[in-house]
Amino acid sequence: MSSGTLYDKVWNFHQVKELPGGSTQLFVGLHLIHEVTSPQAFSALNEKNLEVKFPNLTIATVDHIVPTLNQQRPFSDPLAEEMLATLEKNCKTHGIKFHGIGSNSQGVVHVMAPELGLTQPGMTVACGDSHTSTHGAFGAIAFGIGTSQVRDVLASQSLAMKKLKVRRIWVDGSLQKGVYAKDLILHIIRLLGVKGGVGFAYEFAGPAIEKLSMEGRMTICNMAIEGGARCGYINPDETTFEYLKGKEYSPKGQKWDKAIKWWKSLASDSEAKFDDEIRLDGSSIEPTVTWGITPGQGISIKEKIPNPEELPKNEQQIAKDACKYMNLEADQPIEGTSIDVCFIGSCTNGRLSDLQEASKIVKGRKVSAGIRAFVVPGSQKVAKEAKQKGIDQIFLMAGFEWREPGCSMCLAMNPDKLEGRQISASSSNRNFKGRQGSANGRTLLMSPAMVAAAAINGKVTDVRTLLQE
Amino acid sequence: MKQEFPKGEINLIKGRILAIKGDDIDTDRIIPARFLKCVSFSALGEQVFADDRKELKGKHPFDLDQHKGSNILVVNDNFGCGSSREHAPQALMRWGIRLIIGESFAEIFFGNCLALGIPCMTASKQEISKLQNLVNEDSNQIWNFNLKELSISNQKESFRLNLERGAYKMLYSGKWDATSQLLDEEEKINITVKNLPYLNNFK
Repeated sequence: MSSGTLYDKVWNFHQVKELPGGSTQLFVGLHLIHEVTSPQAFSALNEKNLEVKFPNLTIATVDHIVPTLNQQRPFSDPLAEEMLATLEKNCKTHGIKFHGIGSNSQGVVHVMAPELGLTQPGMTVACGDSHTSTHGAFGAIAFGIGTSQVRDVLASQSLAMKKLKVRRIWVDGSLQKGVYAKDLILHIIRLLGVKGGVGFAYEFAGPAIEKLSMEGRMTICNMAIEGGARCGYINPDETTFEYLKGKEYSPKGQKWDKAIKWWKSLASDSEAKFDDEIRLDGSSIEPTVTWGITPGQGISIKEKIPNPEELPKNEQQIAKDACKYMNLEADQPIEGTSIDVCFIGSCTNGRLSDLQEASKIVKGRKVSAGIRAFVVPGSQKVAKEAKQKGIDQIFLMAGFEWREPGCSMCLAMNPDKLEGRQISASSSNRNFKGRQGSANGRTLLMSPAMVAAAAINGKVTDVRTLLQE
Repeated sequence: MKQEFPKGEINLIKGRILAIKGDDIDTDRIIPARFLKCVSFSALGEQVFADDRKELKGKHPFDLDQHKGSNILVVNDNFGCGSSREHAPQALMRWGIRLIIGESFAEIFFGNCLALGIPCMTASKQEISKLQNLVNEDSNQIWNFNLKELSISNQKESFRLNLERGAYKMLYSGKWDATSQLLDEEEKINITVKNLPYLNNFK
């Protein structure tokens, strides 16, 4: 059993009591809600005649269903409009703060909450969305929950949970030029598998992790769930504090100094015990791309698509399915694979630095003929800051579309979808069958800079060949 | 006839099995995102595995006549990975599934099923494969699941199943619907709140 880790410390602070079934009643310090997984929770609350216990600890935004071309109300899709209207009504009824369209603070829930300073070290963060693991980047315990649990959190600000084991993933060295947090996490998931993290919280640590910006750290923790780990976290440090300083909801004045003292005390002790430890060298990682139908099916840009027969036995069937579905041939290089659509955005990679890095590749170049390429900022704040820096113009001049914030084509619950057999280079997090809105559409996951490179060349490209000063 | 949704103590489940083969079947496949555009779960039963079923043009297990009315689902490894959408177990439940047996389950999916009173039982790869083959040979067999005995059996065969202790207790005692338990001792919640630095000006 782990001890002395950040996970243990934060868990202890939030433990309400042991429940008869053997799980723990865990207090939730920050509850984030959105339009997709909350309506049925509010209905259940009403049916049981229950109130929202701590309305000030729940924050709402709208992201999954918002159109990114025209956000005029009412939305042209009546179902989307109904979902948004339902959320607005529920927030109003229960006194919950809602960051809606036109509020200047709306965005993908895992982008907007950190940038407002809502997410802080030492918190427990829950949201009806599996990518809630993102918030672990701040040294919080953050995890996705289902709608029944959203109901429970609304009613009691707590939920029933079993304590996870803790695996430390120590990354030595530093990432090479042209290699980003996305490549690192795709590499880790490839190594440990898509279910390697089931039952674990992942602590990401080591020199290569410490050198990452908060946005890079969020990319890492965001995809912990793709490796099966319900939450991933990084110990808070000066980078964390620097990011939080002055944010709208961050503590101010004397409170700030006290907060830092507490936050520092939460980091895993030097003699902390982990249930498992893994070490890898960050310097040897290359730009990484998925070729298959699970996020674990990734290879470096210099590798060939694996031959299913040569893989470990338990990976063979899914690899065969993947080759068939993707219509990609084994033993062929992934580099040079033709692309139809390029998508930059999502809770994984829709932040300012993601757009900035991608824009450096795009600057002064043109999107290859026949490619549909678009950028969807993760939030209204990201959009605004990107415009101030002229990043939108770089993309527009290259032939990208520049959209309004939302989840967009990451999961296609809105008008942004692949069509037919189209294949996308995507900065999002899931390459599941049908994920991007077409039942036979195909997705290659990669870093935003790699997506930009694919857009310029019309095919999967080693971004390092396009790096410019 | 529509079965009632699970309630109270879960112990005995009787019925026919259908099997879905394959590892890492994610919740996007169980219920594609476009069906999440709803403010109620009620219509999800018909949409379960929508894209897989469309692709197989009526040959998908959830479309075959012989599986109509089946209430036990047998799956392989890491079933329910990906998105946390409770719409996935809701869709399975509304189609008629009351019990799932697999090699392993993704964590959030497992918890979502538990919150609906649907046990996710595990068995070894070999046992699952044997069970799947038996169902392929004869899908009309009636099986009896017994939570207390951690087993599922028909007249000839019996399989041993596993479930972690906490989930077992919750299902067996009927306390899988957590809300009332969580509200049981409000004072303890308030004590936790008082001791959380970030809710008390970091004092």
